[in-house]
Amino acid sequence: MNIHEYQAKEILKSYGVRIQEGIVADTAEAAVEAARQLQASTGTEGWVVKAQIHAGGRGKGKTKETQQEGVKFCTSLEKVETVARNLLGNTLVTVQTGEQGRKVNKVLVAQDVYYKGESEPKEYYVAILLDRSKACNVIMASTEGGVEIEEVAKHTPEKIIKVWVDPIQGLQPEQVKEIADKLGLSGKAHEGMVEFITALYKAYDATDAIQFEINPCLKTSDNKIIAVDAKVNLDDNALFRQPALAAMRDLNEEDPLEVEASASGLNYVKLDGNVGCMVNGAGLAMATMDIIKLSGGEPANFLDVGGSANAQTVEAGFRIILKDPNVKAILINIFGGIVRCDRVANGVVEAYKKIGNINIPIIVRLQGTNAEEGARVIEESGLKVTSAILLKDAAEKVKQALAE
Amino acid sequence: MSVLVNKSSRIIVQGFTGSEGTFHATQMIEYGKEFNGAQVVGGVRPGKGGTTHLNLPVFDTVKDAVAATGANVSIIFVPPAGAANAILEAAEGGIELVVCITEGIPVKDMMKVKHALKGSKTRLIGPNCPGVISAGQAKVGIMPGFIFKEGRVGIVSKSGTLTYEAADQVAKAGLGISTAVGIGGDPIIGTTTKEAVELLMNDPDTDAIVMIGEIGGQLEADAARWIKADGNRKPVIGFIAGQTAPKGRRMGHAGAIIGGDDDTAAAKMRIMRENGITVVESPALIGETVAKVLGK
Repeated sequence: MNIHEYQAKEILKSYGVRIQEGIVADTAEAAVEAARQLQASTGTEGWVVKAQIHAGGRGKGKTKETQQEGVKFCTSLEKVETVARNLLGNTLVTVQTGEQGRKVNKVLVAQDVYYKGESEPKEYYVAILLDRSKACNVIMASTEGGVEIEEVAKHTPEKIIKVWVDPIQGLQPEQVKEIADKLGLSGKAHEGMVEFITALYKAYDATDAIQFEINPCLKTSDNKIIAVDAKVNLDDNALFRQPALAAMRDLNEEDPLEVEASASGLNYVKLDGNVGCMVNGAGLAMATMDIIKLSGGEPANFLDVGGSANAQTVEAGFRIILKDPNVKAILINIFGGIVRCDRVANGVVEAYKKIGNINIPIIVRLQGTNAEEGARVIEESGLKVTSAILLKDAAEKVKQALAE
Repeated sequence: MSVLVNKSSRIIVQGFTGSEGTFHATQMIEYGKEFNGAQVVGGVRPGKGGTTHLNLPVFDTVKDAVAATGANVSIIFVPPAGAANAILEAAEGGIELVVCITEGIPVKDMMKVKHALKGSKTRLIGPNCPGVISAGQAKVGIMPGFIFKEGRVGIVSKSGTLTYEAADQVAKAGLGISTAVGIGGDPIIGTTTKEAVELLMNDPDTDAIVMIGEIGGQLEADAARWIKADGNRKPVIGFIAGQTAPKGRRMGHAGAIIGGDDDTAAAKMRIMRENGITVVESPALIGETVAKVLGK
């Protein structure tokens, strides 16, 4: 689960990680008030107004309506107000949002941390993430902060420091020191980085995170180490024991159809194609999407209805797929193992009749226990539904349906 | 022969008395009777030791169950919050093969399990998997047994229903299955693709291997490179699900998410081809490709 920058920073702060202080606001007036408060509490003379959406590239992105950059430095309260007004309620388009963009519902007003002082401020990169192949967490750090780490990895991979953490022993003090050494830090900044990474790992571990990315992680002119941005991704499987974090889920950031599907207990991902599909099992669902493509269509969704494909789940699935106006045909692909195909077929017929008036071709492929009986139920239903038993036939029938 | 499980496997069920455990234990007991194969010898449910369930003894701990029944295989249906501890308990109890069906175990718990099992004699299959079946001998999983006709083709797969699909296609092509291993769809799993393929490569009763993967991670690429380094001793037929999956979105399985350029379906298929694996683009062609490769 992804969370917003302001939520991520709240978490970090509660674990003692030093952050760029900020206050979240959902109106331009509240943004100005936030700026005033920050001035009083931190003495800052400038503010950064940042759109809060679950996508990167905000600084270079612009709103459709007002051409406002998603991250903007402001030197006056008037400017804070204008920028907040330009962002709130408008649609921010970045390289990561796609052209439809994301609606900005909140902005974070943050203190200026690039103030002048005894040394030059410098941006670093610090991240903690799951290394699947080593089955442990890895800390990644680099002197090349403030740019995309993928670019650093591609062009100057030697500039990325990696330290793996033993899951049983945990992060060791000498490992943290090693990172600060390799980043070329000394004195107060070195100490600050050691503290920063130690607290960051504690936060990561305690929140069941699978990714923390602090980019940039700033050494200020007075040699403090602080998180200027924070991207946090939490393990969905652990949310059952993290109720406070689970409550941070922002449904506005998700596709409405995906929200509806998850409320019905369906695993649905909205895609851009023209053939909807409904399948039991995640692997077979992905394979069915691939079949659609090989048949000349494009998958409109991923939808796994789970092990027990019954009338209720099939009906819920139908309703969600049919709400997508791009869908020109639907392929239902159920491998009946323990669940019998004739039961699934009856469920499909029942759901179809209940919804009524479905004007697009539906291909139902049922294989496994009682496959023939299942096909017969479909054929004899009198509905505009085609049956198939072999996956190959199903692919062929999708092709025909798209040609018509 | 076959790998991992056979007629002499002695199975216990952890999470025996719950609804999932009860349902699938019943199916496994029936499979054992039908083929005179591996037997379910009991189950574990803390607090219910000394009682019976499905006419079999229930124990408080795995250790008690092993001592009383001589069990060497365990299958786990314990809910996510307790599943990692159930795996560790099985290992400490001396179980050789632990099959964990549970979906939704936190990654942090699995990291600890994976490291704790290093150097132990216990092998873990899964979690989030359909289990293992040696056709006609032993079913330690939730798969419909009748699809797996006896034969000489091995399957290694991250997915449940796609494994059934492959086994069914293999049967329709006139062939059958030696052992099918569902390794699971989570980011951290006990037995990797390469380890399962290696077992089947060394099994005298397996002539060819179907390797089914999906987007995310490096397991298929690692297996492909090992297969070539090992001399391509047996034909391997591969499929990767998720050719049409978008980057950065989780597709059902916790581990099925494209992270970079090297864990897409296209990248995995290319690496598999480069290492001498026969890759099928369409999941509808798995069975006939196996038959073709074996000249049948």
